[in-house]
Amino acid sequence: MGTTAVERPAPRGTDARRRRVVGLGMLVVVLVAAGVVSLAVGARSLSPAEVWHGLFAAPDSDQRLTEIRLIVRTVRVPRTVLAIVAGIALGVGGALIQGYTRNPIADTGLLGVNAGASFAVVSVIAVFGLSNPFQYVWFAFLGAAVAGVVVFGLASIGRGAGNPLTLALAGQGITVFLAAMTTAVALTDLASLNALRFWNAGSVAGVGFDVIWPVTAFIVVGLVLALAMLPSLNLLNLGDDVARGLGVNIALSRTVGIVAITLLAGAATAACGPIAFLGLMVAHVARYLTGPDYRWLVPYAGLLGAIVLLVCDTVGRLVVRPGELDAGVLVALLGAPFFAVLVWRGKFKNA
Amino acid sequence: MNGPDVKPDVKPDVKPSVAPGVRFGQVSFVWRPLLVFVTLLLAAATFLVFCVSIGVGDFPIGLSRVIATILGRGERVDEFVVMDLRMPRALAGLVVGIALGVSGAITQSIARNPLASPDILGVTGGASAVSVFLVTVSGGTATAIVSSVGLSAAALLGGLGTGLLVYFLAWRRGVDGFRLILIGISVSAVMEAITTWLLVTADIRDVAKAQAWLVGSLDNRSWGEVRIALWCTLVLLVVVASVAFQFKPMHFGDEIAAGLGVRYSMVRAVLLLCAVLLAAAAVSAAGPVPFVALVAPQVAMRLARCPTPPMVASGLVGALLLIGADLVARTALPISLPVGVVTAAIGGPFLVYLLVRANLR
Repeated sequence: MGTTAVERPAPRGTDARRRRVVGLGMLVVVLVAAGVVSLAVGARSLSPAEVWHGLFAAPDSDQRLTEIRLIVRTVRVPRTVLAIVAGIALGVGGALIQGYTRNPIADTGLLGVNAGASFAVVSVIAVFGLSNPFQYVWFAFLGAAVAGVVVFGLASIGRGAGNPLTLALAGQGITVFLAAMTTAVALTDLASLNALRFWNAGSVAGVGFDVIWPVTAFIVVGLVLALAMLPSLNLLNLGDDVARGLGVNIALSRTVGIVAITLLAGAATAACGPIAFLGLMVAHVARYLTGPDYRWLVPYAGLLGAIVLLVCDTVGRLVVRPGELDAGVLVALLGAPFFAVLVWRGKFKNA
Repeated sequence: MNGPDVKPDVKPDVKPSVAPGVRFGQVSFVWRPLLVFVTLLLAAATFLVFCVSIGVGDFPIGLSRVIATILGRGERVDEFVVMDLRMPRALAGLVVGIALGVSGAITQSIARNPLASPDILGVTGGASAVSVFLVTVSGGTATAIVSSVGLSAAALLGGLGTGLLVYFLAWRRGVDGFRLILIGISVSAVMEAITTWLLVTADIRDVAKAQAWLVGSLDNRSWGEVRIALWCTLVLLVVVASVAFQFKPMHFGDEIAAGLGVRYSMVRAVLLLCAVLLAAAAVSAAGPVPFVALVAPQVAMRLARCPTPPMVASGLVGALLLIGADLVARTALPISLPVGVVTAAIGGPFLVYLLVRANLR
């Protein structure tokens, strides 16, 4: 992932570059380890051998092994895959939105994506009476996409088109409006309110591969677009005039970037619900680790997002046994204090 | 990454307007006729909507009679309805709107970031978490707390406690705007997570009750609640006004501000504390009304074409938004909605309209 965008040696010579590559490798190793743990841990703990068996063994008549196979394939694998995919999407999206709005407190929900998805969910429940979460996943994605398009469209009207500040504020305005509408619907319809509270918690559990594969496809498209734009994002952060002088097509770069963010955040939100704070947090940590070069920052943020979401989902299965704590809740409960300590120690001074 | 954009509205092909400066002793400011005009207009509009809001109800009272009663020359019946029944609600709207607007202007100015608002200083999040806890967890202690101090007082304590926690967590040789915002975001995220978790595990009827409280409301205000918020806000506004004139140079950054003779660490610490306390005062009167503090300064800035959020105008926009939304909620809507919902439904699109209009110009 990291090598696709690298065209020149890093400014501080090959040493810094080697360190970044090693760091990226270490993150991948941590992610794989977290994935293995995630497969093994849960209401019923499995040994690595049992996980291996559940993943690869052919079906046989042994009752216990069949059960393990069922748990691994239909419960553990989907949620692990979704945590990784959604984590990468939200991490990359968080780093990108901070880059494109040039605002260090921008979050993936900024473009109205989360608010749009929530509004779509409560609306279809109130209007059509849907009760199964799998029926409204696609409405959520539609809501997120429409909100993202409306925000970007409004911010692109007229001369100030693409101004990062206009984009951020238009996103806030639409978010505020949609949140109010969501509350209005939820307050008048008890079924919507009931669904909304579970939706808001943000969870990677219980989603099947019939949802995960299409969502992954959207996210992959978003990632490809995002990675293609990374070098020009670096130049955009030098200011529009400098970027234009260096030959960047500003309008194109911004549009592709915003489309990528909407795809990433919208798809992840549709599958898991709004997981706030993850993107913002990992973007800052990634910037602290790599420096301001987006060609490194974005892959780091993606891997960190996946690791954090996966670890939080795994921890959530353990803390309130036999129940579970939703991953979205734990991301804030575990991540925020850690993040606050880093802030307090002055790690993000130049962000 | 660069810092947040500080001078967003300066258009490249427009000559910088040369605004004359005015100085009275230590106090100096730039003379902006448009800002003064807009501020006066907003004040007049706020007063008008305030009076209309008092006049409207099951027992309608004409505008002239409302004004006469407020000035102390009304009839007995009018006086009872206006002063005892309707004034607390209208005044709560006014106070909450002004407190949130000013608080938002301070936060956005100090953070030099238009996305900052007291909502992320922790006050709103803390108040929400405490109140949802008290509403949803039925049990000895929770019930005892609610019955002894009341829900809004408990929520106020929660909000104030969280706000001060953020403030002191961010304190490290003075308060730095950026650090405060990031710590505020983290603490608010924790509070929101707790709120979400409480809502997920609670009984659905309690959830409906909690949800209604979460968006803020002006229903059933009494003089007791309003009076405290009113006095707190007045005192805080005096404090803000007394240090605010030192504040303008801080938009240029710490070094330039220090060079211009601003004791910026002191000014910033005082102003941020005021922002936290103003937000808490607003919570005590209406609950955690979201978004007003975010939207009002940006709207005021665009109406008056200022480069930075103007304090007085922001407060007035907040008040106008809140009282106006309350009026709309009571008269025009078929279903009864809390004022926080209507405020957001009006304020968000209006901000977008101003943005689009500025772009089309």
